[in-house]
Amino acid sequence: MDDCGQDTWPCNCRETMKIRREEVEHVARLARLDLAPDEIERMTGQLDTILNYVAKLDEIDTTGVTETTHTQRVCNAFREDEVRPSLPRDRALANAPQDNGEAFVVPKIIR
Amino acid sequence: MDIHSLTLNQAREKLEQGEISSLELTEAVLTRIDAVEERVRAYLHLDRQGALERADETDRLRKEGRAGELLGIPLSVKDVLCTATMPTTCGSRMLENFVPPYDATVIERLQNAGAVILGKVAMDEFAMGSTSENCAFGTPVNPWKDGYVAGGSSGGSAAAVAAEEGFASLGSDTGGSIRQPASLCGIVGMKPTYGRVSRYGLVAFASSLDQVGPLTRDVRDCALMMNVIAGYDHRDSTSINRKVPDYTAALIDGLQGIRVGVPVEYFGDGLDPDVEKAVRGGIDMLREAGAEIVEVSLPHTDYCVAVYYLIAPAEASSNLARYDGVRYGFRDRDAQSLIDMYRSTRSMGFGDEVKRRILIGTYALSAGYYDAYYKKASRVRTLIQKDFTTVFADCDLVASPVCPTPAWKIGEKSDDPLELYLSDILTISANLAGIPAISVPCGFSGDGLPIGLQMQAALFNEEILLRAAHNLEQRAGVAGRRPKLP
Repeated sequence: MDDCGQDTWPCNCRETMKIRREEVEHVARLARLDLAPDEIERMTGQLDTILNYVAKLDEIDTTGVTETTHTQRVCNAFREDEVRPSLPRDRALANAPQDNGEAFVVPKIIR
Repeated sequence: MDIHSLTLNQAREKLEQGEISSLELTEAVLTRIDAVEERVRAYLHLDRQGALERADETDRLRKEGRAGELLGIPLSVKDVLCTATMPTTCGSRMLENFVPPYDATVIERLQNAGAVILGKVAMDEFAMGSTSENCAFGTPVNPWKDGYVAGGSSGGSAAAVAAEEGFASLGSDTGGSIRQPASLCGIVGMKPTYGRVSRYGLVAFASSLDQVGPLTRDVRDCALMMNVIAGYDHRDSTSINRKVPDYTAALIDGLQGIRVGVPVEYFGDGLDPDVEKAVRGGIDMLREAGAEIVEVSLPHTDYCVAVYYLIAPAEASSNLARYDGVRYGFRDRDAQSLIDMYRSTRSMGFGDEVKRRILIGTYALSAGYYDAYYKKASRVRTLIQKDFTTVFADCDLVASPVCPTPAWKIGEKSDDPLELYLSDILTISANLAGIPAISVPCGFSGDGLPIGLQMQAALFNEEILLRAAHNLEQRAGVAGRRPKLP
């Protein structure tokens, strides 16, 4: 077992940890981030502190409360379905790390 | 008085009277930038040549009889707003060489009003931060005290305006990013109602919270900038189609008949005594101006930080998925496979705080945690909004501090993310509720650092905020006080 750094034994960190190292590794994979071992370590500690803090929301009873995703009473924003000029290809490609004049070029996907 | 020290409205008057040309005005500001920028470090990109040419052009336009609210006025914009002729880095390595293919709507509005855009100013990476220390290209320094933060994430905007490196700036506010740096730098900053100003071309952080707004040296300048940037835009589907008033007409002397709520929860533990004293003094000035002051309660205030630091990272984790090294921005060219390219590009391109928020957000949205975190936070958000609805049934606005403390030393709080998140406690509820809010200078701390007073009002009630801020400004007598710089 890793040394968690606590002076007391047995330590109680397994019970109080909101997030474990393996979960941070999993989330990093989902988010397409590569984290070095020391980065994983540091992020796990910081995320744990933050998740412990946000757990205070459990104090509030939200039964029957609707969720807010938009602060105003707006519904769908429709527009006429008409043809309008769009971004010219050369300008769309202007910032591409790699392109062939017609499309974005990426490393080979199918081998 | 030096030319660069004028307010925007004063400069505008001199231009209209023909006392000065835009070229002279712009040259004076560029000279000021040369003199103080080494100390303040507000600008990431200065378009000297473009600004001088544009100034010359506006002088010609004026001779031809053209008018415009900002005709010939040199100002800066936060580097989160897309500019087709200048880089837009968002303070990130990821967008170091990015020049957008189009202008943000607010940039077009500035240009149509005749503004001279000097350049792009520093910010926390992708607007995530409260000190601008997360900027990949250097941290702006508070003009009032060397070695102190200018605040964030619109720290460059606030520092540039306070240091007289331009007559105004545009920033963006997702959880206080206009108001907090305005408070720490002793200037005026407004976050408009969600939907009042177009977000088209504002690089997205948390789309349900982001809003563009002005940072200015006084309230009248703020009102004028609002006249220019507010209004419906079909390119932003969350933009609200509603008539835009003349905000400068709101600056009426006296606050008779206005009820000001003072939320007890905003004066809790951790509030710096100097801040409390200055803000209470400011509230007294609102009373002297004729307002009635009543104590009110916003009972869910204590949960705002928790709600915000789930919702904002959740939205950010989704928004920032676009930085994959394919269409624009940085790419790790050594990666062999597509997936490796995504991963190494993102790992090398993003800084620590951005990665931290992407991880929190991805976690809060992931299978098994969505209900417990994101959904729960979205429900408490409804309760926070209801708190305000209840209070605004009885009050015209609420007054409070902006930030619990004056500016602090650079590096002092950068090790503990949660400690820094907690400093946002007084500003983030306005974003969660979508309501407008303003920060206006009301005093100074014992060691000479500026302190701002925040006012929040019901949806689309920017005018009452400007009116109250104008009356406070008249009485506080601090608007003319400027930092001593070389």
